[in-house]
Amino acid sequence: MLNQFLADAVEFLPTLLSGLGLTVGITITALLVSVILGLTWALMGMSKFAVVRGISRTVINVVRGIPIIVQLFYIYFVLPELGIRLDAFLAGALGLGIAYSVYQAENFRAGFASVDPSLLEAAQSLGMSEHTILRRVIFPLAIRVSLPPFGNTAIMLLKDSSIASTITVAELTRAGQLLAASTFKNMSIYTLIALLYLLMSLPLTFMVSGLERRFKRK
Amino acid sequence: MITLKNVSKIFGDRTVLRDITFEIAKGEVICLIGSSGSGKSTLLRCINGLERHDGGDITVEGIPVSPQTLKGVRSKIAMVFQRFNLFPHRTALQNVIEGPVHVLGRAPRDAEKAGRSLLERVGLGDRCDAYPSELSGGEQQRVGIARALAMNPTAILFDEPTSALDPERVGEVLKVMRGVAADGITMIVVTHEMSFARQVADRVLFMDDGYIVENGSAEEVLTRPRVARTREFLDRVLNPV
Ligand SMILES: Nc1ncnc2c1ncn2[C@@H]1O[C@H](COP(=O)(O)OP(=O)(O)OP(=O)(O)O)[C@@H](O)[C@H]1O
Ligand SMILES: [Mg+2]
Repeated sequence: MLNQFLADAVEFLPTLLSGLGLTVGITITALLVSVILGLTWALMGMSKFAVVRGISRTVINVVRGIPIIVQLFYIYFVLPELGIRLDAFLAGALGLGIAYSVYQAENFRAGFASVDPSLLEAAQSLGMSEHTILRRVIFPLAIRVSLPPFGNTAIMLLKDSSIASTITVAELTRAGQLLAASTFKNMSIYTLIALLYLLMSLPLTFMVSGLERRFKRK
Repeated sequence: MITLKNVSKIFGDRTVLRDITFEIAKGEVICLIGSSGSGKSTLLRCINGLERHDGGDITVEGIPVSPQTLKGVRSKIAMVFQRFNLFPHRTALQNVIEGPVHVLGRAPRDAEKAGRSLLERVGLGDRCDAYPSELSGGEQQRVGIARALAMNPTAILFDEPTSALDPERVGEVLKVMRGVAADGITMIVVTHEMSFARQVADRVLFMDDGYIVENGSAEEVLTRPRVARTREFLDRVLNPV
């Protein structure tokens, strides 16, 4: 049986690896989008203007309240009717990035909230500008709190990138599905897929716990 | 160098500073005393603009304190905090050079050299690379003072700099503060250390319910206070039950 599995692995891996490439691409792009938007929502949430805080809260509640798959369908099938046409990869990455931005916003918010306000007063007393305070005090302290949950969010995003298969992106899951449908080698193929996902997520997991340990010390 | 004229501060419906008027000459050391909630911290915080005063005028070397002038004001006035407020992710030396490098734009190498000699001066020459969490309260506060001195300020505001310290650590911080006073730096010190006030202060101000009710030499205020409230307060501080 192991021999059979290895033979299947040799046969199917090339196809699966090209799917894996798309999975990595979509995950990294979506991660980037989610960080930029998440940071935006988090910073807006701390604004001194109630309107800006309100917008941030509304966006977060709306995005969090809609299933990711529906968001992807909306971007891929509905936006074209409004004249905005994105290819499947871009629609998937953008949709996942938007969906995940609200979790990132919460990670960043918790990080910012962890910064002792008395440190900001110390920084202000030194004459630091708001921008310098962000760069020299808030970010470096907040990141200690934000990074571990950020890692967990990245792992979830990696797995959820398989949702992009529903809008025809031939990423890892979809590539496997197509192979399985034509060869009926379900066991080999889905085992391979599971192993490939683990291969990507386990290093992330170790990185997260490593970071957690390192920040706990200082 | 610092003047306050009819300064008031209101939090919500609570008036915390009332008609505060006094002047501080360059190089003068002033101790500010008064019971909890009388407005001492708020007064200090208004002088360097951490809190915006609602009425009256505050000037620092002729510059009126306002949101537009904060940068200039803060370049002349440093602050030392009760709870030290050191940056926990930076070593003692990094805390000291943070302002010089990232506010004043000094070259890191020069700032480090100056920072080391400042830390030496406060008795921490061998602790430059320690993080705040690795320092005792007294050591942290001395780093706090070195951080203030590194900005080369004309005045330093001290808000109860020894109140969070173990009793046996108070002396080392007061000693450093005496050194600062001897260097001719203007100081406003909120403190309950009456012996420090008596020996170092040029003047003692007593605050009660937002008013300054005594303003005189340490000798006058501490031994011959004008109002009963001061006597009661001194009695409580000097003879705690
Ligand atoms: N940000 C704020 N918002 C509302 N009220 C405040 C604020 N800061 C201070 N107060 C109030 O102003 C009054 C004076 O406070 P302040 O901290 O200046 O007193 P203090 O003399 O420094 O007292 P302590 O000796 O306890 O430090 C207090 O009643 C306090 O509750
Ligand atoms: Mg106070």
